[in-house]
Amino acid sequence: MAGQTLYDKLWQDHLIKNCDDGSSLIYIDRHLIHEVTSPQAFEGLRLAGRKPWRKDSLVATPDHNVPSEAIERAAGVSGIRDDISRIQVQTLDENCRDFDVVQFGINEPGQGIVHVIGPETGVTLPGMTVVCGDSHTSTHGALGALAHGIGTSEVEHVMATQCLTQKKMKNMLVRVDGQLRPGVTAKDVVLAIIGKIGTAGGTGYAIEFGGEVIRAMSMEGRMTVCNMAIEGGARAGMVAVDQITLDYVKGKPYAPKGEVWDRAAEAWSDLYSDGDAVFDEVIVLGGEDIEPQVSWGTSPEMVAPISAQVPTPSKESDATKRTGMERALEYMGLSAGQSISDIKLDRVFIGSCTNSRIEDLRAAAEVAKGRRKSDSVKQVLIVPGSQAVKAQAEREGLHEIFVEAGFEWREPSCSMCLAMNADKLGAGEHCASTSNRNFEGRQGYGGRTHLVSPSMAAAAAIAGHFVDVRELAPVQWQEEVV
Amino acid sequence: MKAFTQHEGLVVPMDRANVDTDLIIPKQFLKSIKRSGFGPNLFDELRYLDEGIPGQDCSGRPLNPDFPLNFPRYQDGSVLLARENFGCGSSREHAPWALEDHGFRAIIAPSFADIFFNNCFKNGLLPIVLAEEVVHQLFEETHGREGYSLTVNLEQQQVRKPCGELIPFEVDAFYKHCLLNGLDHIDLTLEHSDDIRAYEQARREKSPWLFDAVQ
Ligand code: SF4
Repeated sequence: MAGQTLYDKLWQDHLIKNCDDGSSLIYIDRHLIHEVTSPQAFEGLRLAGRKPWRKDSLVATPDHNVPSEAIERAAGVSGIRDDISRIQVQTLDENCRDFDVVQFGINEPGQGIVHVIGPETGVTLPGMTVVCGDSHTSTHGALGALAHGIGTSEVEHVMATQCLTQKKMKNMLVRVDGQLRPGVTAKDVVLAIIGKIGTAGGTGYAIEFGGEVIRAMSMEGRMTVCNMAIEGGARAGMVAVDQITLDYVKGKPYAPKGEVWDRAAEAWSDLYSDGDAVFDEVIVLGGEDIEPQVSWGTSPEMVAPISAQVPTPSKESDATKRTGMERALEYMGLSAGQSISDIKLDRVFIGSCTNSRIEDLRAAAEVAKGRRKSDSVKQVLIVPGSQAVKAQAEREGLHEIFVEAGFEWREPSCSMCLAMNADKLGAGEHCASTSNRNFEGRQGYGGRTHLVSPSMAAAAAIAGHFVDVRELAPVQWQEEVV
Repeated sequence: MKAFTQHEGLVVPMDRANVDTDLIIPKQFLKSIKRSGFGPNLFDELRYLDEGIPGQDCSGRPLNPDFPLNFPRYQDGSVLLARENFGCGSSREHAPWALEDHGFRAIIAPSFADIFFNNCFKNGLLPIVLAEEVVHQLFEETHGREGYSLTVNLEQQQVRKPCGELIPFEVDAFYKHCLLNGLDHIDLTLEHSDDIRAYEQARREKSPWLFDAVQ
């Protein structure tokens, strides 16, 4: 018998039963909740007179609607100016109270973007099944977990039954061999992957990311990669457990301790794909071939290396793709053949569940240190992903580097990733953004999003247009050279 | 859940690939804590010429005359014809809620994004995957003839064209059963409560750390 993939193992371990109709019941260990996709699910429970099956599997936090400005944030929920946003966050408070669900409230130390706080607190752990009414739940797969987004009906279903009715997905391995060149980050890797497989390339698959490049990545980097599995069409992305995983998880507030840790670590050390496991699809990229990436269109597959030009639709033979490209260029206000580095920015956003962890902020600070944002850039927002990331960054003095560079240091929230709070792009504005989606209107009505890594975003903030971050060595290096 | 057996409806073409759920229902409308009322804001940014605000009366807003949903001939459409990878992006169930609220009962496309596809079934909305050439042909016919309707028969797993031609489609047995009978998925799963409890007990013994309370 052929060996098992990591996904096969996680599936098998959580399989309650296969039903006669071909579906399977899968047990869910951890269910994360935020304010946007949960109200209708709690309401459903209420109407049916149901209670959560296992309320200790639930952890909630508000992130999408909470303000990022310290002043508006100070008064807590009641201080949220937008009435509808406030009602949504209040509703989460009420639901957590009524159903006795643990919540990291708006200004509590545990609060943050749901996909940032899960791994950093040990609320999500290797070997778990993790769900959340949010497509970027794939992030938690970086821990060697089976994690994916679900709709609100499924949120209610998991609360009521602790299970999901599912069909097993197919297995895909995305292997990134070799080594990355300096200045190339996890974000560039995942953008290059999506550029290669397309936004539907992973549909129906669970993707395991492997190869030397992924093995050498930090947990933060792996989370960035898994976060965007959904942008490649795959509900779940995952990385095998190794020493880097164990070192990361050990000591987290809700990670097992002492003797239980030893048992858990031993169980987790089996979470990898067997050498003879068979994947339905294997995609290979060479780490050396990946350059810093910038998205030019309105779909995450519309990416190009920084040294490239905006592509020319007339060269595309597929008619549907060609009209898609033409429409994207029109929306983005770009012309075919224009250099990516000529694109000027109005705003820069560094944050989101893709790139708001401490390592991301360090990378941005390294570029920003001793420099100032271009006068032509109206605003540079730095939004840490959680209270814990914010506190750590402040201990390291990163916030001072940002403020000196003319960037704004904000409070943990989703912020301009999807503009449900007050942080938005104006119509026609170009934004270098470390988030995950460049869809039309995502960051504000008529806004134009370019997806990049944190260091590329910081470099763009300083130059006022896209630049290859590798041409912008840290100021201290330049001083050493002089 | 609303049952789905057979449905005949006017076809509305959405001739664009990779339609994401942000486009189906923009984020400002996700602030609602209800499940209904999203219909007027379906495809908001494509449908209207101004920026939509939650809670506003949409009847007086300027319509985009180039968007099919606004064409007189497509009013009362209930079968959406779409291109590949329909419903990609965010997992928001507000997308099928908006489509359903507007009056759509079925969506035909060469492919759908996974989460959206699942979400449709939970809301009595039938997503149908047909081969790319077949979808292409349907676009041609829809464009070519006013009042073009299709009949979708879930029991038979067939789409019937006005000329009488039958196009078979695949559907998951579990979802078919639930849709035909309008069954509640939670009730169905709770029939397996004993199995769930037995699994949970074994898991608790094997991996006790998964059951530690978060405080
Ligand atoms: S940061 Fe963006 S992508 Fe992540 S959960 Fe928030 S809104 Fe979604």
